[in-house]
Amino acid sequence: MNYLWIILGVIFIALSIAAGLIWVERRLLSVWQDRLGPNRVGPFGLAQVIADTLKLFFKEDWVPPFSDKVVFTIAPGILMVTILLTFAVIPFGPEFCVFDSNIGVLFFLGNSSLGVYSIVLGGWASNNKYSLIGAMRASAQMLTYEVFMGLSLMGVVMMADTFSFSEIVEAQRGGWFILPQFLGFVVFFIAGIAETHRLPFDIPEAEGELIAGYHSEYSGMKFGMFFVGEYLGITLISAIIATMFFGGWLGPSFLPPVFWFLLKTFIFIGVFILLRASLPRPRYDQLMKLGWKLLFPIALLNLLVTGAILIFFDEKDKMNLI
Amino acid sequence: MISILRSIWLTFLHIFHKRETVEYPEVKPYLAPRYRGRIVLTRDPDRNERCVACYLCAAVCPVDCISLQAATGEKGRRHPEFFRINFSRCIFCGFCEEACPTNAIQLIPDFEMGEYIRQNLVYEKEHLLISGEGKYHGYNFYKHAGVAMGVKGKGEGDTEYKPVDVKDLMP
Repeated sequence: MNYLWIILGVIFIALSIAAGLIWVERRLLSVWQDRLGPNRVGPFGLAQVIADTLKLFFKEDWVPPFSDKVVFTIAPGILMVTILLTFAVIPFGPEFCVFDSNIGVLFFLGNSSLGVYSIVLGGWASNNKYSLIGAMRASAQMLTYEVFMGLSLMGVVMMADTFSFSEIVEAQRGGWFILPQFLGFVVFFIAGIAETHRLPFDIPEAEGELIAGYHSEYSGMKFGMFFVGEYLGITLISAIIATMFFGGWLGPSFLPPVFWFLLKTFIFIGVFILLRASLPRPRYDQLMKLGWKLLFPIALLNLLVTGAILIFFDEKDKMNLI
Repeated sequence: MISILRSIWLTFLHIFHKRETVEYPEVKPYLAPRYRGRIVLTRDPDRNERCVACYLCAAVCPVDCISLQAATGEKGRRHPEFFRINFSRCIFCGFCEEACPTNAIQLIPDFEMGEYIRQNLVYEKEHLLISGEGKYHGYNFYKHAGVAMGVKGKGEGDTEYKPVDVKDLMP
């Protein structure tokens, strides 16, 4: 029974944050563009979420006659499923975790790689040249950034000596990993933006060049799935950053741990939106160059130095024991 | 690298800037006295229609949204029999106001003319004609015109000479 509540709670939190981000993003963007944003529907415009969702539900759900209909239909679902599955291993608080896996970090990395299928299949099944180009770009970009996304987390994994998210949080009682793993944090953050293909790395969508990239042909709730999937992705990456580098649910005890976790997550969601408000989109080859020639070596270097320091202190401890 | 961080920081600082948005129905925008909005037909100080139905406004209108028909009153004074402006076409360019020799047609600072039924945007003379003088107070075309129309006699205007009797040889 308790488990059921945790599962429902996690799904409820994840989905309501993702839906609420429709409103949060528009309001925050407007704050940084000296506007007001949607503030008419309901208090502070909060009912905008309901209005937008209703609108999406009542739009025509059109499947193009030239598309591969089966793949076209399941593609948006894959994105939602992989991201929602990853929320299962994230500890929202002590004991507030659906499946406290001992390989949580690997589970997250694997699932985020599977998420690429959604975009590639969606673009492929659309049978549209822009969708296909978008899907190709997405696959290349996400494979590139997947490599050092994993590598940048390995420093934290080595320091905490575990793959489990909740144990990583516990290992940060002495101090958050943001200080010793600052490089890892920067690399993971950039990789996270590319992984969720958010601006400025929204090259697979790139309205200016590719209309909407892989989801050009999607409408109605199928588009809504990609839409909410993107917001879920932002929430997920923000939650992972908060867990891995900023002590997860740790915080002063006058407020419940879940609050601290959500607060840290929301700060990073805000940073994601701030990046969208401030940075232009790089060219595709610049993105690949940045990935392979700068971030990949940095991630490797970080891994190497962290490992060397850990081994050094480990050996010193052994010497002291003798 | 530094420039990227700088632009992120500068964007962040926009939190403290003033909002540009004007929340329209609650906050009305400032409309200058010369704002070109709804078109009206005005009357002269004697409360007669200023319009003399010369068709210049209809001729100059780039979108042909003005149509009118001239008629002559019992004193020989011209006035429009009907005067119709299709505001679904009007582009509020103000050319009609500039063309008007009698300052009859004027654009006023009012833009709130939205309608749910498109036909309601066609304004007839009864909708256009106002009882006041609009932007030009005290102006009466026939005080300056050379013809006598009951406002002043021929040649009695401030800037006019007395009419010359062409059949008389005396200086």
